[in-house]
Amino acid sequence: MAARNIAPDTPELRERWGSFSFTDANREKADWHIRKYPEGRSRSAVMPLLDLAQRQVGAETDTQGWLPLPVIEYVAEYLSLPVIRVLEVATFYTMYNLVPVGEFHVQVCGTTPCMLRGSDDILEACYARGMKKGHTTDDGLWTLTEVECMGNCATAPMVQINDDNYEDLTTERFDKVLDALAAGETPKAGTQEPGRHTSEPSGGPTTLTAMVDANHDYRSEW
Amino acid sequence: MPKVKVDGQEIEVPDGATVLQACELAGKEIPRFCYHERLSIAGNCRMCLVEVKPGPPKPQASCALPATEGQEIRTDSEMVKTAREGVMEFLLINHPLDCPICDQGGECDLQDQAMAYGRGATRYHENKRAVTEKYMGPLIKTIMTRCIHCTRCVRFSEEIAGVDEIGALYRGEDMQITTYLEHAAKHELSANVIDLCPVGALTSGPYAYESRPWELKKTLGIDVSDAVGSNIRIDSRGREVLRVLPRINDEVNEEWISDKARYQVDGLVRRRLDKVWIRKKGKLAEASWDEAFKAIARAKPQGSIAAIAGDMVDCETMFAARTLLKACGSDLVESRQTGMDYDVSNLAAVNFNSTFAGIEEARAILIVGSHVRWEAPLVNVRLRKAAKRGAKIFVVGPEWETTFPATFLGEDAGVLGNLPSEVTDAFKGAEKSAVILGAGGFAAGAHGAAMATASTLGATFNALHTAAARMGALMLGFASKGGIADLVSAKPNVVLALGADEVDWNRFDGSLKVYIGHHGDKGAHAADIILPAAAYTEKAGTYVNTEGRVQMSDKAIFAPGDAREDWTILRALADALKVEVGFDTFDQLRAAMVAEVPALGVEGLADYGEMPAAPAGASASGTIGYPIKDFYLTNSIARASVVMQRCSDELLHGDDIKEAAE
Repeated sequence: MAARNIAPDTPELRERWGSFSFTDANREKADWHIRKYPEGRSRSAVMPLLDLAQRQVGAETDTQGWLPLPVIEYVAEYLSLPVIRVLEVATFYTMYNLVPVGEFHVQVCGTTPCMLRGSDDILEACYARGMKKGHTTDDGLWTLTEVECMGNCATAPMVQINDDNYEDLTTERFDKVLDALAAGETPKAGTQEPGRHTSEPSGGPTTLTAMVDANHDYRSEW
Repeated sequence: MPKVKVDGQEIEVPDGATVLQACELAGKEIPRFCYHERLSIAGNCRMCLVEVKPGPPKPQASCALPATEGQEIRTDSEMVKTAREGVMEFLLINHPLDCPICDQGGECDLQDQAMAYGRGATRYHENKRAVTEKYMGPLIKTIMTRCIHCTRCVRFSEEIAGVDEIGALYRGEDMQITTYLEHAAKHELSANVIDLCPVGALTSGPYAYESRPWELKKTLGIDVSDAVGSNIRIDSRGREVLRVLPRINDEVNEEWISDKARYQVDGLVRRRLDKVWIRKKGKLAEASWDEAFKAIARAKPQGSIAAIAGDMVDCETMFAARTLLKACGSDLVESRQTGMDYDVSNLAAVNFNSTFAGIEEARAILIVGSHVRWEAPLVNVRLRKAAKRGAKIFVVGPEWETTFPATFLGEDAGVLGNLPSEVTDAFKGAEKSAVILGAGGFAAGAHGAAMATASTLGATFNALHTAAARMGALMLGFASKGGIADLVSAKPNVVLALGADEVDWNRFDGSLKVYIGHHGDKGAHAADIILPAAAYTEKAGTYVNTEGRVQMSDKAIFAPGDAREDWTILRALADALKVEVGFDTFDQLRAAMVAEVPALGVEGLADYGEMPAAPAGASASGTIGYPIKDFYLTNSIARASVVMQRCSDELLHGDDIKEAAE
């Protein structure tokens, strides 16, 4: 896990984000989240609210969004929580960005299954484009983070970019995805293996083969 | 009442007990870091692992496991030994081995438990983690690399202090304990996290690198910074008090003390009166005891001498002073320095009758004129506990930042005669309830009205004093009917000020003002003769706290310079005035005092009898104000203390005091 740090509390930061407040649409969503919990338990809604705030920051800055301190304070006040409790949550979960990120947040999984299937090559491909772990490229397009297991081991190696996963990657397939994103297109999310739909065995089923077309009663064969 | 077997010994444990508590009942020691009796259970240090059957075949964290019928617990098996060694080894992976330069050395849980339960050596040879220091205010010194993430400090500030300011940021190996943006911890009990910290991560700032615990002489004392009478341990070396720590007393302070009680002691070596001074031509000049006594005798004190006791005086001193006055044929005594004149004919009416432990049970509480957080921080802890158990709390007086949900009913004491239905309803439904009258309420003359309110609401009446000496003084009859005004109108030739710093001395212009005290503060500035006396750490004494609990304090060190214990000064003055007081030793003095007020000879709650009926037609009006303007500077010792001054500047007045560049 990459070392995380809170963005420093500077006058510029305060000036830029000090007046942050939810848009009407987000306020409605926030209240909807709060209503999911019983009276007096509104603090439970801290995670969805932080996510909403991060997305709103993203929309305002045309990036994936992050959580500046004044925004964290705003969420704390919205839920009448001590700020430190909200900051604890924001710093604990890695999907909350504590520093600004680029338009595309490239999260490369480097855990064992992905590594065995070639995540090092994927990282090399990122470096080739000028990305650096924990940094945003100068054009503001890419932010690279190496993350731990995202639960897509069956389709390793995988990369999460913004809200989508791209799986079964090779350097070429990955480059294609990045090119498409940079060109403003929306590449197909999920597995990039031709002929594969999701995480089913590649090359067709290896078990329960008789069940592929129709229901089959295996009981007599036990 | 489940029955469990601990190491083969069958015992019955209370319902709801944990396995750890069961083991303790069976007399087994369970090592622990995160578990603390007064905090919620976290279960994150894993040091308390034991073997429990039935259950999964692995060690269990005993602090978080409820004891159930028929459990077989083993604390002495090979598995438990290995588990403890393993946990200890993991804890020590990132813990620096800097015990020789660590202030916790000698009183460190990790050190002790590593000796008792750890393996001899580590097998780890990677790099250790390092964490930057976190600023937590002028009192708490942090060396966060030593932190083992037990989160006791986080739980303390959230649960006990009620000010959520410490938190654990990041996760896993990167976890760091800090306050929000490293702001100073701003509450009155913040330094208790130093005692809670099982390692040397949070240590005492002012006491940093002063001494090792085994060098210190430990004396059992009573705190005098407020009227709670916190039980303290005074740690001294040679002639200096180095620190004050809380002692456990569940009835009084549990195991906390306020920051003022803990850190005012550096004021004991500053601005001390250690010589006799006499005012000559408007200027104080050094003198001898003899000269001073002669000057007092010349002022014709016979029949015309008054005594005013300060807020930190022990009962023995006041008794000695009163005896001396009686021998001189006077009974002009007063301890309510600021001129309050409430009725003290029945002590039950000026006592905290619910008791501190009892107030937790109250379900409705009305506070009249008390900034409890400042006047008695440890009572505030109890109020917070009551509120957490569902008590509704109302406050009459200016708003202050409470640590519990409270409704403010305005600043006008007149509201007592016309309480909103919200209040009366809350009291109607409450099995136990209390009215607390604070110093602000007394000063506003709301005593009678508050008593009347308590009796109409069916609540227990409580007086919350701010002076450690108050209840003792009242038990000794150290009060006049009209308050200090009685003394003023008597125009005494001589006024003895026993550490009295809050009196308006201009009212005693014609009198010879003799200040018997330990600090060159307001009282000494106004005095004509100064006789240096002992502070609370320098004399044995009896103190009565605001709930009427008689407690005795021991002498830790000797007073500096020519300063003497107060009673010896009064005894010598008796000789100079050629009167007989009937005691020559401290034991005789105490015996005489107990003979007159037997309750002062028995430690524990004094019995004041039945609560009297409220005075007929009592009513209150007028705006309530709080007497304490600055929590950190309420008495002469605290005002002399550099640490308290710094706390006041930084925490209350927001002056940004930069750390000196090291």
